[in-house]
Amino acid sequence: MASLNPLAWWRGFLRLPNDSPAKTAGVALLVALACSLVVSVTAVTLRPLQNANRLAESSAQLLEMLEAMGEGIPDTHMVELATGAYVNRDPGTTTELPAERDRAGLGSREDVATVYELRDAGKLRLVILPVRGAGYQSILKGYLALKADLNTVAALIFYEQDETPGMGARIEEDAWQALWPGKQVADAGGVIRIEVVKGAGAGLHEVDGISGATRTGNGVSRLLRFWLGPDGYGPYLDRLKTESSQ
Amino acid sequence: MSDRNRTLIDPILVSNPVTLQVLGICSALAVTTSLSTALVMSAALIVVLTLSNGIISLIRNHIPRSIRLIVQITIIASLVIVVDQLLQAYMFDMSKRLSVFVGLIVTNCIVLGRAEGFAMKNPPGASLLDGIGNGLGYALILVAMGTLRELLGAGTLMGHTILPAVADGGWFTPLGLMALPPSAFFLLGLLVWAIRMIRPEQAETAPNGKIGEEGE
Repeated sequence: MASLNPLAWWRGFLRLPNDSPAKTAGVALLVALACSLVVSVTAVTLRPLQNANRLAESSAQLLEMLEAMGEGIPDTHMVELATGAYVNRDPGTTTELPAERDRAGLGSREDVATVYELRDAGKLRLVILPVRGAGYQSILKGYLALKADLNTVAALIFYEQDETPGMGARIEEDAWQALWPGKQVADAGGVIRIEVVKGAGAGLHEVDGISGATRTGNGVSRLLRFWLGPDGYGPYLDRLKTESSQ
Repeated sequence: MSDRNRTLIDPILVSNPVTLQVLGICSALAVTTSLSTALVMSAALIVVLTLSNGIISLIRNHIPRSIRLIVQITIIASLVIVVDQLLQAYMFDMSKRLSVFVGLIVTNCIVLGRAEGFAMKNPPGASLLDGIGNGLGYALILVAMGTLRELLGAGTLMGHTILPAVADGGWFTPLGLMALPPSAFFLLGLLVWAIRMIRPEQAETAPNGKIGEEGE
């Protein structure tokens, strides 16, 4: 007779012949439950440490980029993206992006972003903007450094991506990142023209894309246009331009 | 030698999983460009192999035959994910250098081979020892190859200069080949040959005769 005592029920379950359907399903369920519990607990408890590691990696990459340009440690500022003004506090809020304005494929973007500035006696020499956006199969994260005219690229690096190895993933290679310095972001009329193109990118605003990684290249073009545009750092860059023309 | 000691020691020297059974050589080729990666990979495999052997042996009498491989793989895969997550949290640079190869321990034939071949038939104590023994046998080969390849390929060990390279004003010309995967094949081949010279009984017999154990 079936007992209501859970221990007796458990013993009964263990006594079932191993190949009975009930035991097969039961063992499969229990193993799956136990394993998923162990995996989820590990993943959740270790996530803060892993995120801290990734953050340390991205700032190490930033410093390496500056060192390669012969520059020192930049000042850090928090900027309210909508107005371009410096703020002291990050409220941690985000703004939803309607699909037609969401060129970088982000869904939403933070209201306050951290930027880095290098100045000589108060005069701006370099500004470094964190950028990110959808590539072919992952979110690309990197830094764009602009020279004092806020139009000439000083460097573009990507430090985190999960694109196809040997194809899109090559945006992390030095050889490709070396194509960027000296390119112009916008034309004389102020329209943002910077673009990754197929074939030899000879123009002032064109960068040679990686063969076989067209969609990663398009992702890079779109994320740069987004972050340099009105929904990204546009207001902040405009403010810096008026400041330097005074 | 007692049975316990045999369970632990045999797989290291006598029936080494890499050189006798030729299992797990994919990772043995990939992660032995330097000693440090070989050591971390060995440690990861020992942990996974020992725990998977122990856990599977504990529940061996209740695993239905029809789903036993899936149960084994589920347990092994979970352990591998845990080890991979731990590496990403506490040894971030190392986990980047090992890239996919820690995750690929799931497909390492040694782990499933010991689970199916030993842990399913033996009590937990012996299975733990078997796991440690086979893990150490794998580690021995990896460390030997990692040492040779790093020393000859870069003149360093664990990143410390042992043989000063010509490029840095020394006398040693690094062998570029050692940094590439084929050199691992050559070294492994020489090692297997040497072992089978010393222990002729490990050599496989002619195709029409009895054929030794084979893997991957």
